[in-house]
Amino acid sequence: MDGLAHGGRLKKIWSRPEIVPAILLLIAFYAGAKQSPFFLDARYLFDATSLYVETGLVALGMTLIIISGNIDLSVGSSVALVGCVVAKLMASGVPVPVACLAGLALGSLLGLANGLLVARLRLPSFLVTLSTMALYRGVAQVLLDTSSVPLPESFVGVDKFHVAKTPIPAPLLVLLVTALIVGLVLHRTVFGRWVFALGTNESASVYSGVPTARVKVLIFTITGLLAGFGGLFIDSRLAYARFDLANGMELDAITAVVLGGASIAGGQGTIGGTVIALFLVATVKTGMGLANVKAEYQLAVIGTLLILSVIVTNVIKSRSSRRA
Amino acid sequence: MKRLLQIREAGTFALLVVVVLAAYLKDHRFLEPASINNILLWVPLLLVVGMGQMMVIVTRGIDVSVGSMLGFAGIVVGMLFKSHPDLNIYLGLAIGCGVGLALGLINGGLIALAKVPPIIATLGTLSAYRGFVFIVSKGDQVDGNYLPDGLTDWSMTGPLHLGGVTVPWLLVYAAVVALAVGAFLKYTVTGRNVFALGSNPDAAALRGIPVKRVLMIVYGVTGALSGIAGVLYASRYGFVNPGSVGQGFELTVIAAVVIGGTNVFGGSGSVLGVVLGSLLLACVSVALAVLGIAATWQLLVYGFVILLALILDGSLQRWMASRTEAA
Repeated sequence: MDGLAHGGRLKKIWSRPEIVPAILLLIAFYAGAKQSPFFLDARYLFDATSLYVETGLVALGMTLIIISGNIDLSVGSSVALVGCVVAKLMASGVPVPVACLAGLALGSLLGLANGLLVARLRLPSFLVTLSTMALYRGVAQVLLDTSSVPLPESFVGVDKFHVAKTPIPAPLLVLLVTALIVGLVLHRTVFGRWVFALGTNESASVYSGVPTARVKVLIFTITGLLAGFGGLFIDSRLAYARFDLANGMELDAITAVVLGGASIAGGQGTIGGTVIALFLVATVKTGMGLANVKAEYQLAVIGTLLILSVIVTNVIKSRSSRRA
Repeated sequence: MKRLLQIREAGTFALLVVVVLAAYLKDHRFLEPASINNILLWVPLLLVVGMGQMMVIVTRGIDVSVGSMLGFAGIVVGMLFKSHPDLNIYLGLAIGCGVGLALGLINGGLIALAKVPPIIATLGTLSAYRGFVFIVSKGDQVDGNYLPDGLTDWSMTGPLHLGGVTVPWLLVYAAVVALAVGAFLKYTVTGRNVFALGSNPDAAALRGIPVKRVLMIVYGVTGALSGIAGVLYASRYGFVNPGSVGQGFELTVIAAVVIGGTNVFGGSGSVLGVVLGSLLLACVSVALAVLGIAATWQLLVYGFVILLALILDGSLQRWMASRTEAA
């Protein structure tokens, strides 16, 4: 069940959920390299990952949510709202560290609201987060209208920093460290077991003493906090904030999680799979960008990828259950 | 279940009265013919697509791809009118309906046959169909001068004039659709099966209800209605732009449907509720414009409306449950 440790026999490796996205990643890499000579430039590739760090942070939280049998469509809007509020605060003279903390608090609060609505009122998560998706971005739109707010120079350019003597940009390092932490929590703690239990059989987990409501509230809050970090990174990277930041990010994040082998019905998934699939989505998008594929077509490709990955997982699952 | 629905419909009606009164007291122009005409033009699109969305939500599903299906049918029919200027407008409407039906059946196939959860399937097709819109149109807008006058007349003339108020043909067509869906749900076996499926999917399957076929029909009809709405869109706005046609419309429709008393847990919903919900959302949108509240507030209002309906449904559900437990 562990997505981070390696080793074991060959057979074990083949049956791991990460194998499909890993193979696809290699294929995408090959296709990208044939498409454009820039593609194999290590520095270019590493720098390109910075564009997907916000999506990645959000996808880590989304992995927990999907494993628990829920979904969060509001992540892109949460990133945007945090990004806008932080920019507004900094523009009005609030010190950078204070504004950052406020942004993280706001992100957690937005996630907490989702979690409470899902857990306490027992509402379907897709409807709750569909409405907060509109609501959170709506608030951002009312705050900024069509204006874009610049961020102070001292805060801008986190993606320009690199780990000493390597081409690894700072945001990528943050993403990998966060993935390690979330991975340990999911695969090595009781809380993580509860998340799986919730997604496998909710009523059974209630009877076996899992505090289901608290687990739900917590995973939505964690995702909100990660969206808060996403808001800070996107602000620092783009140097300005607009209400339409991170538009459609939920699609990329959900696609990464499902491609990474998580079952959309809950109870299955690994952080390692999500990280590999995230690089796959990033590679595909970077490749399409280099090939001058328009944004709308890219959206169509990702949407199709999402559906195909769910169907493939379903087919594999029904085949293996028939054999068992 | 029936009581619950009646309570919710009455609630929507009360809310409608409050919104109309508040907007009128704030600014008397809200009930002038110009604004009323505007409201009457808002309702048809919501109503037509809302009929499908209501059935989908009754089956415990959701269809977030309706805006993209509307857009695809709208752009296809718009381009046909451009290349064949003497195309019969009713034939255009039928083609829009057929295109929408095909897209809706793809959704239905993904959900009923490939077992992809509705939110994931339609989130994927939301992006995929929007991509098709750009591929087919190459990003070009169909300008108003290519649309036949007969089509745009649907939104400007109508069978009924009272003072300065015109009941547009668009609304008449939408009403026909609503009545047809109402009759389908009430008098046909498949229609009754839609509710049975939503009330208890497991029991429905055990009782021999053809679950897959019902789902295919519900998502197919929703596509067909979105396709019709695409043609009505061309009539109302007088042009079809690939970027804006139907963009974000799924939110408005879902807001109208859930505020109209369709139970978000599935199993119940009504044509009357969707009519009230559409009217309410149309009034809110026009009131925002009349009161000079910028369009920037629209997204927030839609989100808030859906959330309000959800909280209302959730609380009502718990209240009913606690009452039956006590009894």
